[in-house]
Amino acid sequence: MKKMTSEQLAWLIRRHSVEMTHLSGGSHIGSILSVADIVAVLYADVMKYKAHEPQWKERDRLILSKGHAGAAIYAALSEEGFFPVEELKTHYANGSRLSGHVSHHLPGVDFSTGSLGHGLSAAVGMAYAAKKDRITDHRVFAVLGDGECDEGSVWEAVLFANHYRLNNLIAIVDHNRMQSLDFNENTLEIEDFGLKWRAFGWNVIEINGNSHKELKSAFGAADKLSSEVLHKPTVIIADTIKGYGIKFMENNILWHYRFPHEGWEYDGAVYELYQSKPEGVRDPYTPDGIQRPELHLEELEGKWAFTETWNTTYPEPMRRVYAKPGTLEAVHRILEE
Amino acid sequence: MRDTFVRTLAELAKKDKNIELVTGDLGFGVLKPFWEQCPDQFTNAGIAEQNMASMAAGMAMEGKTVFIYSIGNFPTLRCLEQIRNDCAYHQADVKIVCIGGGFVYGSLGMSHQATEDLAILRALPDILVMAPADLVEAEECTKALARQKGTGYLRLGRGEEKRIHEKIENFQIGKAIKVHDGERTVIFSTGAIFEEVTRAYEELREKGYNPAVYTFPTVKPIDRETIENAAKNFDIVVTVEEHNIIGGFGGAVAEVMAEMKERKARLLRIGLNDEYSIRVGDQKYLRQQYGMDCSAIVNKIRRQFE
Repeated sequence: MKKMTSEQLAWLIRRHSVEMTHLSGGSHIGSILSVADIVAVLYADVMKYKAHEPQWKERDRLILSKGHAGAAIYAALSEEGFFPVEELKTHYANGSRLSGHVSHHLPGVDFSTGSLGHGLSAAVGMAYAAKKDRITDHRVFAVLGDGECDEGSVWEAVLFANHYRLNNLIAIVDHNRMQSLDFNENTLEIEDFGLKWRAFGWNVIEINGNSHKELKSAFGAADKLSSEVLHKPTVIIADTIKGYGIKFMENNILWHYRFPHEGWEYDGAVYELYQSKPEGVRDPYTPDGIQRPELHLEELEGKWAFTETWNTTYPEPMRRVYAKPGTLEAVHRILEE
Repeated sequence: MRDTFVRTLAELAKKDKNIELVTGDLGFGVLKPFWEQCPDQFTNAGIAEQNMASMAAGMAMEGKTVFIYSIGNFPTLRCLEQIRNDCAYHQADVKIVCIGGGFVYGSLGMSHQATEDLAILRALPDILVMAPADLVEAEECTKALARQKGTGYLRLGRGEEKRIHEKIENFQIGKAIKVHDGERTVIFSTGAIFEEVTRAYEELREKGYNPAVYTFPTVKPIDRETIENAAKNFDIVVTVEEHNIIGGFGGAVAEVMAEMKERKARLLRIGLNDEYSIRVGDQKYLRQQYGMDCSAIVNKIRRQFE
């Protein structure tokens, strides 16, 4: 079987995720869509593994610390042959192996996560153990969310990884700028994010994390940086768009928890994905695509609200971030009120 | 106990290169023998217990047996979720070592008193919970934990404990140790409070009582068989622990006794009576203030016969 391109794999991750969340009523589609390209490039172009031998000693390790995007990993693993694609439909179901948050009871998953702020530390332990044993035949990857970096434990791990010069560790932050209720900046101001990692001693690569070209060159650059004399760990801060690939979900916090409901939401999501479907990919659910549905976005109005609508009387002027769907620039715009 | 633990672990680590000791920046003057003998198996993870626990799990996934070391509530409550999700759930070979179970750090105040740890750790599946009574048990527990794969908790006292047992034949995880035969009353204790129990035993003997005494170096899995036999044959089962009476060792014994179809004994739990210690003083003083020192144990048992 010819190996899939990262673009093909990313599309399939998105298509499976729409189906999985649709069938299960599962959350976090926005987060899965934002991280899909990172996961696809890791599995298609970067990581070393054997699907028929999940515990292969020389495999690269991967911990998805933002475990709520587990569907992305499940989709990638099944497409790469770790278990049948058919099993994806059992996501969230009674008796399934596919819990909402990623589980190590599944072949190919190195570590279970779900509570934020644990994964980088576990990856640090794996990288540190390999260092101690002078093992250089594999690397350890940890994929984090940016909201997750509110957790203090992340920064404990960041300190440790730099101190012990874990250049066999690569962290990737899915920097989609949103968390559960609002933008990061409206929750706990986190910028200048890259500067924070730099201040902790890491190599920092900042890229567009929905661009496969930039992701691939970032992983190449990470390898070069890792072999530099200082042996610093490297973080790739991947600027992504939450909900990327489905316009009406992009940068819309509603889709952190909402799943694509039967009707125009599901049809619209699939239709959108077909607008950028790569050649040579087979969609097991709607092989001929879906006719363009009429979107009834007005039905979703009032189903969510950003924190600014709380009308707090807190005496300090709070910064506010506003964004337009599908843009990276707008989310940079920070307005003083 | 600290020194016994460190000495025993260093001996084991010299023979097994996969044994690692990671400290959360504590153990000044205590861990030196370990890092001198096994420098490449020692790590200071800094004052960062959450990272320490998860990182230990990651190291264990790569084949290490990792002892993480700190004091009081720092290696347990501070990083409880990391222990639950990352160590225990993955059945990672991580042993959590707490120095200062109970009132060891007496005058340092409430923050440093580990008085709910047994209850909390015991409630997590897939964790072996051990609290040795003296130096002999501390050595046996350390060896047993190193042998037994999976997540474990070792609750130690500090430095002043003595050898009370002469020696222990056939030490086993999950088995209580009979110290004295006796009649009517049986005293079960776990951890370093055993020194108070030992003195209470002598005093009770002088006063004409003849209690049996057992130590429970393993709190989980609890030794059901010993508890059930005792509950059938004695009038009173007394549990003594330097810990809250809720959910800990006495709680574990109560659970076993409550489920028995028939028993003779009633239960008396001695420990901290569901409160935080607000008084200031050393370990001995606090044991006395909170009703678990030798004379409190004697009085509480004698009252059972009034």
